[in-house]
Amino acid sequence: MKKYILISVRLTLVFIVICAVIYPLLVAGIGRLTPGGGKGETVSLNGKVVGYANIGQKFTEDKYFWSRPSAVGYNAAGSAGSNKGPSNPDYLKDVQAHIDTFLAHNPGIKKDDIPAELVTYSGSGLDPDLSPAGAKVQVRRIAATRHLREDQLNSLVDRYTEKPFLGLMGPARVNVLKLNIALDNGEIK
Amino acid sequence: MNTELFGIVATFLLTVLLAFPLGKYIAKVFKGEKTILDFMRPVENLICRLGGVDPMKKMNWKEFLKAMLTINLVWVAYAFLLFLFQGHLPLNPDGNPSMTPDLSFNTAISFLVNCNLQDYSGETGVTYLTQLFVITFLQFVSAATGIACLVALFNGLKEKTTESLGNFWVIFTKTITRILLPLCFVVAALLAFHGTPASFDGKDTVTTLQGDTVQVSRGPAAGMIAIKHIGTNGGGWFGANSAHPLENPDYFTNMLELVSQALIPMALLFALGFYINKRKFAYVTFTIMTVGMLCLLIPTLLAELHGNPAIARMGIAQPTGAMEGKEVRFGPAASAFWSIITTVISTGSVNAMHDSFMPVSGMMQLLAMMINAFYGGCGVGILNYYIYVIIAVFIAGLMVGRTPEFMGHKVEAREVKIAALVTLLSAFLIKGGTALACYYFVHHGNNDWAVKPSSWLNNPGYHGFSEMLYQYTSTNANNGSGYEGLADNNIFWNVTGGFIMLLGRFVPIIGPIAIAGLLAKKKYIPETSGTLKVDGFTFGAMTFVVILILTALSYFPPLALGPIAEYFSL
Repeated sequence: MKKYILISVRLTLVFIVICAVIYPLLVAGIGRLTPGGGKGETVSLNGKVVGYANIGQKFTEDKYFWSRPSAVGYNAAGSAGSNKGPSNPDYLKDVQAHIDTFLAHNPGIKKDDIPAELVTYSGSGLDPDLSPAGAKVQVRRIAATRHLREDQLNSLVDRYTEKPFLGLMGPARVNVLKLNIALDNGEIK
Repeated sequence: MNTELFGIVATFLLTVLLAFPLGKYIAKVFKGEKTILDFMRPVENLICRLGGVDPMKKMNWKEFLKAMLTINLVWVAYAFLLFLFQGHLPLNPDGNPSMTPDLSFNTAISFLVNCNLQDYSGETGVTYLTQLFVITFLQFVSAATGIACLVALFNGLKEKTTESLGNFWVIFTKTITRILLPLCFVVAALLAFHGTPASFDGKDTVTTLQGDTVQVSRGPAAGMIAIKHIGTNGGGWFGANSAHPLENPDYFTNMLELVSQALIPMALLFALGFYINKRKFAYVTFTIMTVGMLCLLIPTLLAELHGNPAIARMGIAQPTGAMEGKEVRFGPAASAFWSIITTVISTGSVNAMHDSFMPVSGMMQLLAMMINAFYGGCGVGILNYYIYVIIAVFIAGLMVGRTPEFMGHKVEAREVKIAALVTLLSAFLIKGGTALACYYFVHHGNNDWAVKPSSWLNNPGYHGFSEMLYQYTSTNANNGSGYEGLADNNIFWNVTGGFIMLLGRFVPIIGPIAIAGLLAKKKYIPETSGTLKVDGFTFGAMTFVVILILTALSYFPPLALGPIAEYFSL
């Protein structure tokens, strides 16, 4: 038994060095070669960092495309979903409130034009994306606020739509932050 | 076929395509044949020398288990202490606190047993030191433990009559150096290049486009996320696990993480065929497991793509399916697929919140963990399936009135008793645990714990019951996913969960190895015309039916109270 304990302790020390020191350091080294330097990729407007490309942000002003509802208010110090079950009556009231808010800010939009992602919480609370339909349903509001033409905005959404992986796999999506940066950057003249 | 469905078909096919050659490779590694990673031999020799291991020593099943259990005991003590004092130790740029004793107990066991249930949240509950020195470390060694125990079974099946199941230390070492580490480097590098952080920088503060100030948690996550999937561990760097956009940045990484969690479990099946030279048995078993997985996947896909009927009644369009708790970049199809892969395989990582899935999907996830043997976790999946095989052999023997045999050895009372005990224990722990939790919820709702029992549940009614059932099913299966609405960081869940994880890990490992050791010692009986053919589809189907009957008998009542009742109420 003593022999087993001795081997166990010694092997444990060896593998701590391999798995918890050498391995992460090598991966950190690989990370330095990546676009974000292993620290996460940031995006800027006029030379100022305004966020992380992959982390969604909260938009409440009418002149911006809104992101999905978030259970953590888009503060990436944490991350979580609502964890509400599909039959929970309080949750369904919550969804109804999201629908009402959306309709109030988007006059002329019918309920069945709103895709589900705009009134449901994402899994992480940090979802950076919308489906193209989720962005386009907001075009009328933004056109009115910013005095732009709807077709200009629609083509902006198209330009920022990322196609499915290899054109074949998974959904198409639009990064909301990048789309809003394009708006502020005056990409539509 | 739309792009979302094509994505999951492609992911599955890619996994099988990669698992086959990997299985061949794994068989070669443990047979000691030439492989492309032979340059690791000096490293392995050095590890053995530093560890004081005599690589030539053979172990019988009792010695093998003693070695395995001793080193696991060392790990759990080490992990418990580090979690308990992490707040005072270095590598804590975010200033996170130490864990309470009950949370340390739960978390140390959780990572020791490859479960990776997390009653804490990654951003605030652990430090970079414990993420790497405890969690990442245990993710490697717990996966290697599972695989080493499976190789012991392989050795028992391979020889006609033998006492030796191989040397635990050597198999364990080779698993890490030849299989886990190389695969993890590839996966970690790909993740890093797709945006997963890998540096040691702490939280960043940014002012958003709209002018809010928010923080962004980061850290050396890429390496940990690689082993979390390669080793079927599942515990995430961030609280939201692989739903987090830094932990799983795009559809490619989603496919990568799916492939890496299913890769070794599938490859080990093929390795079994090559190692003991019974390829047909491996292929038939693979087919049965795939059929089982599809039986769980298809209802889940249908439910999720159809969307939430309660939201449909509000007049909202669900063009791609149910979106609550899901991320746009994956969509409902890939989330449904992930939820089944992660529960059949005992990974327990999630890319969408299981608490918000439709009731039918929830039931399929529960069933996947209750069965826990369709592919299954690293090594332990096949050990679980082996138990079902022994029971199927026994029942088949009863049906034809002969002493049952499995691969040339008589299966007698002692082996069948062990197998029966292992199966019954799961049902006892899951239902007993849930019953106890219900008792406290109903009768001791105001107990003065960190969270009062009356506030445990995030959802009322049937779904609330499912939250408790899910928790114990996941702990017993060493899966680690959860209905995260459950407030589980308090003494009740931490302690009961800890014990159930321990039993749910070691009994289903000790049982099969004991059976393998007992069988391997027996006299070899050559095959005759009357021998039960265990490598045909008849026996495969027989095993499948045994699994169905055992699961239905054990779990129909709690499923009826939870997901089934919720389904009919929606």
